[in-house]
Order: sequence, then C-alpha cells, then structure tokens
Amino acid sequence: MSLLSDPRWGEALAHLPDYLGNHVRVSVTALALGLAVSLPLAILSRNRPVLRGALLGLASIVQTVPGLALLALFYPLLLALAAITLSWFGFAFSAFGFLPAVLALALYSMLPVLRNTITGLNGVDAAILEAAQGVGMTPRQSLVMVELPLALPVMMAGIRTAAVWVIGTATLSTPIGQTSLGNYIFAGLQTQNWVFVLFGCIAAALLALLVDQLLALIESGLRNRSRLRAALGGIGIAALVAATLVPALARSSSSYIVGAKTFAEQYVLSALMAQRLRAAGLTATSREGLGSNVIFDALASGDIDVYVDYSGTLWANQFHRTDIKPRNELLAELKGILAKQNITLSGELGFENAYALVMPRKRAAELGIKSIADLASHTSTMSIAGDYEFFSRPEWAALRNAYGLSFRAQRTMQPDFMYAAVASGEVDVIAGYTSDGLIAKYDLVVLEDPKRAIPPYDAIVLLAPKRAGDEKLKAALQPLLGRIEISAMREANLRAAGNDASSSPDAVARWLWEKVGKR
Amino acid sequence: MPATSLIAYANVEKRFDGGRVVAVDHVSLEVAEGEFLAIVGGSGSGKTTLLRLANRLIEADGGTITVEGEDVRAADPIRLRRRIGYVFQSGGLFPHVSVAGNIGITPQLLGWPAPEIAARVDELLDLVRLERAPYRDRLPHELSGGQRQRVGVARALAAKPRIVLMDEPFGALDPLTRDALGDDYRELHRKLGLTTVMITHDMTEAILLADRIAVMQSGKLLAQGTPAELAASGDAYVGELLRTPRRQAERLNDALPRGGA
Repeated sequence: MSLLSDPRWGEALAHLPDYLGNHVRVSVTALALGLAVSLPLAILSRNRPVLRGALLGLASIVQTVPGLALLALFYPLLLALAAITLSWFGFAFSAFGFLPAVLALALYSMLPVLRNTITGLNGVDAAILEAAQGVGMTPRQSLVMVELPLALPVMMAGIRTAAVWVIGTATLSTPIGQTSLGNYIFAGLQTQNWVFVLFGCIAAALLALLVDQLLALIESGLRNRSRLRAALGGIGIAALVAATLVPALARSSSSYIVGAKTFAEQYVLSALMAQRLRAAGLTATSREGLGSNVIFDALASGDIDVYVDYSGTLWANQFHRTDIKPRNELLAELKGILAKQNITLSGELGFENAYALVMPRKRAAELGIKSIADLASHTSTMSIAGDYEFFSRPEWAALRNAYGLSFRAQRTMQPDFMYAAVASGEVDVIAGYTSDGLIAKYDLVVLEDPKRAIPPYDAIVLLAPKRAGDEKLKAALQPLLGRIEISAMREANLRAAGNDASSSPDAVARWLWEKVGKR
Repeated sequence: MPATSLIAYANVEKRFDGGRVVAVDHVSLEVAEGEFLAIVGGSGSGKTTLLRLANRLIEADGGTITVEGEDVRAADPIRLRRRIGYVFQSGGLFPHVSVAGNIGITPQLLGWPAPEIAARVDELLDLVRLERAPYRDRLPHELSGGQRQRVGVARALAAKPRIVLMDEPFGALDPLTRDALGDDYRELHRKLGLTTVMITHDMTEAILLADRIAVMQSGKLLAQGTPAELAASGDAYVGELLRTPRRQAERLNDALPRGGA
C-alpha cells in the first residue's frame, strides 16, 4: 500500500475540525493573553532598568522550563487554586484542559514579546525622541505617534516568534486534557501510527506558517499605513478563530467523555468503551493522551466521565500505599477508598497489566532463569531498561528489596522501543507490561514473581462521581466486565502497535469486541 | 538693552552629573522682539543647553527665564514648546512620517482641522521653496540633506510661532546648500517678523546671518553684541573667534581675482 492511499489519512482528516479548532482556540487565546500582559509591561518598564531586568530575567527562566513540564505544572497549581476558590467563594473552575494550557502557553509567549518590545523601544534614536518632545508631544503622544511605530518591526518580529512558539508548544497540551493537534502526535507515537504523527506535525507547522504570514500582513499594513493589508490580516485571524468556534458551539455538552492515558492499550480501551456507549444510543467523545497524574483528578472533578485504570497503579501512586495485598483484598479495599471520593469502581475487565521483568526466552533458557529469584545472581553483569516512571515507583524498590537485585546499569526508555531493545540484546532485561503484545512478537518471557513483590494490576473501570447513579452508562459497559482475557488484550495491543490501517484504536477496538463481546 | 525682550535669561544656572559639571554658569541674556541672535561657542561651551532651557527641554537649576513675558517655570512645558518653533541639528524629522505629516505635526497636536493643516503645509512648502506635489508625500529618507533641513524649518514654522530656536541647523550641509538655506532663512525671519536664536560654532555664519552675537565658553557668557561691538570687547577668546573669518576673507580676496568665479 502506498503512503498516500493509506486510509489512515482519511481517519486523521476526520479528526481535523476538532483537533485544529481546539488548537487554534487555545493558541490564539494564549497569545492574546500573553500580548495583553507583556506589551503594557514592556512599555511600562522601558525607562525603568530594574523592572526591565527583573521581567526579562523572569521570562527567561520560564523559557528554560521544558514546555511539557510547564504545562503539567499548571494543572496541580490550578487544582489547588480551584479548591481555595471553592472553600472561600463557593465556586470552583475546571483546572483541566483549556485553562492550564492557556496560562502556561501565555507565560511561554512572554519572553519574545517582552524582549523585542523593550529592544524596539530602546532602539529609537535619541534625537528623534528629542524632536518629539521639541514639537510639543506629551510622553503619551510620543509613545503612540513616534516610539511604537518606529519599534513596530522589532516588536512584530517578537510577536511572530511568540505565535510560532505557542502554536508549536500547544501540541504538548494534550496530556493535561486540552485537545490539540498534539493528539495526533501522542496517539501516533503510542500506537506506532506514523501517519498520525506526520499529519499532526504537518498540520501544526502549516498553522504556524499561516498565522505567521497573517501577522506579517498586519505588520506590513501598519508599517506602510495600508489599512487594507492590516485589515486583511486582522480579518484572516478573526476568520480563523471564528471558523474554529463553529464546531465547538455545535458540540453537545451532554455527551460522555471517555478518558485515556498515553499508551496504546488505553487508546484501544477508550475506543471500545466509546463504541459501547454509542451502541447503547448514548453520545460519547474520547479525551485521549492524558497524563497519568492528570487523569484521576480529571475523573474526580468530573472533567471526564469514565476511564480504565489499574488497581496497583492507584494503590501505589494515587494512595501512596506500600503494603502489598492479595488481589481480591486489594480490590475490595480500593473500592472502599474510591467510594469515599464518590468514585465508582464499576468492575474489572478481566486482565492485568502489571509491571513484569521480561527477557528473551532463549537467553532465559540458556541461563536457566524462570523467575526473578533466578535472575538475582546474574544482575551484577546485566542492564535493565524501564519506562519513564518505573524506577521511581514503589514496585521497583519492592523488587530490589525482595530479591536483592543490583543491576550494572539502568536506562529509561520510551515503552515502544524497550521491547526491541531487549530483543536485540541492547539491554538484558526490561520492566515491561504483562498485557503487552510485543512480548509474544519478540518471543520474550515474563519472569515469575514468587515473592509477590509486584502488586496486582487489574484493569478496572472507574466512573466519575456525577455518574455514580447512571444506570444507562453502567448497562452499556456491563458486557465488557470480566470478559477481556490477557491473551485477547495482548493480541489487541499487538495489533494496535502495527503500522497499517487495521491498527487504529477504533479498528482494534472493533476487533476486540468481535472477539470478546459476542460470547 | 532692548526695550521689549521676547526671551530673557536672568542669572541662569544649570549643572549636570549631580552638580559636578556646570553647563550654564549664571548667564544673563536678552533677545529683543524681531532680533536674530546667534550663540557661538565650541563643543561643551553650554550653548545648546542654554537654548533648550528656553522651551524647557532642560530645566534650569537657578535664575529666571521669561518667554513672551511669562516665567517658563509657570508655563505648561508642552504648550510652551508648541508655541516656540525648534529646528533640530540635521532635521530631527520623524522617519516614518511623510514630509506633510512632519510639517503639520504641531498644528495636529494643537488640534487644527485637517483641511487647515493641509493648506498650511502647502503654504510652508512654498515658503521653504520645495515643490508641493513631488515632496508632500515623500518620506524623509527620500530627501537630500538640504531638503530635509528645509522641511525641518517648515515644521518649526507650522504653528505660526513668534520665536524660533535653531540648534546648529546648517552644520551638516555642504557649503553651497548651507549658504542658500541661510540666506533663505534670513529672508523668512525678516518677512515673518520672527525672533530667532541660532546656535552655531561657525563665527562666519553668525556674522553673516545674525543681528547680534553672544559668545559662550565653559558655560559662561563671554561677550554679546553686534560684530563691531564684539571686535571692541578685548576678550582674547572673542578676538580669536573674530580673527578667523577676517583672515579667511582676506585670503579669499587675495586668491580669487575680482570678477572671476
């Protein structure tokens, strides 16, 4: 199949109005806010060196924070703020999605605007400023009639830089719940759908170029006093915003929002749940690619309605428990803890997606390794790779203590690349996931955990507090509970990791339903 | 001493750098209505500072300055500047504004109606001998140095001031342009009944254009008067300044045969 005739282009295109619309809305709002704050600050600080130094310093520091981290930091910050406004003023706002994204991106846009505005204003010839004073201009008239017009080209260069940055960085707002063109990129990276990754990158680049050119048009209009050009540029930006508002207004707010974390299995399960809801005559939309630190709070505050989490993850990460209990006891206790937050644990799907130590079957056989206990004596000459969070999770500490593991080296890797790395011998052992289809694909083996150091990780369906009594929702999801076996999930995950049209989460979810639903 | 002085400095003092540098040292000087006064001095003599004190581009530290009978400290500096024409060194035109916009700026600030400003701009273009149609819409960078300075003069005259202050207006021009512009301005000064104070470091220019000359050195006013009065002052520096044009004139007479050139 040629690249261009791939049906996934069509699928990507179908998402475009939603993703692009959200992307434009969040970027333009952030840019407008950034300008509204930075321009007055820059003008105010032009003759105040101390204030100017402080502002530029602060903006530079913000710039050094990676975009992803800056966006992620705003979520807990706003969550805390929302709690304060709730207890003091009796209202809360959603700390999820739009607001943290706008604030973080606005902050991000400030440096180029501040720096270029200050540079532009300071660069105006002193003799010209004197002339402005001499012909009888007030300081305000001098600013508006002389300084700003002369600084305009440098200022606009800053604004255009900010616009391109904001549009690019907005792709990183997907994990905090803001739909954007980043949804293509996150989903594509996780499901090895390079068509989506490419589509997302190209769409974001084209949008950045378009906005940059519209701003250039406004700039040239202002510089040459051509009202026509300035107006055309302004109309272009206004039209862009207006066009993206239409689908937003048309979208029903009563639809169910199904959440998904940032890996392939989650994309498939959220697609499966959304399909089941639609089959039951309900409307459903997916909010995918949410950070695992964001998704639980998003459910608790009602920003999403339902998602799949794993018992051990909640146990250890959300509730900071370090004791490890047998499977059923843990589930029962977890259900009680969740109930206190009015979150419904609707049921288990039937499989576990636990962390497990994984190595090539052949090598394990050669060394006579069947369990982690057997592995322990070899670790001093071996290296291990894990995902971004594994080595800081309690399971890792528990494993090392229980078996006395001491690896020669440990590396952090993107989960998708981990399996290939262990299969090729680049690392000796990986901390993989038991439901991952790549285990079968690369002929790997999951090492047993006789001391039960790793807690159980049952996949469980969680419902938001406001959906606690929603019988229609529960009925729609009921056919999934207890039905999805580990073998089916592994195969689904393997399919989702494929790189062709049948590997889209939607297609895999339909396949999975065929396999488990009709029995 | 003139009967009605339009600008009067009385014992005026200005210091910079927290008082360490004395730019204007107790200067008293009067400019009569209709007079053309040139202030001559070297770099750092305080001549430009003295000029700027008159329209409060710089504030005096001591003494009194009156303009048209009013103590400038009591005047609103913005309105004061709008009623005094000011010609800047090498034009000081706003580079992003057309010739017409530059000339009409003070009337615009004063809130004149647009047609009146347009008529005034045309009138001034005639006055400074620039053709209306080709120059009105040009930007300053499209003009020669002499044309820019003509626009600078037109801008200073736009709001019909009685007083014009000029800060080395012709200093950066070639000799022919400089000569033509000087003569043209002198004619405008006479025709419009202006009172003009011009800064220059060139004694020859001062003698050729001004009615009276004030000589400054190190912030002090050394001498003032007509060229003849200055010649009699006996001050060594003033004598030195006057010798230069005289020597030039003699050498020119020797070098150039009469009736030639």
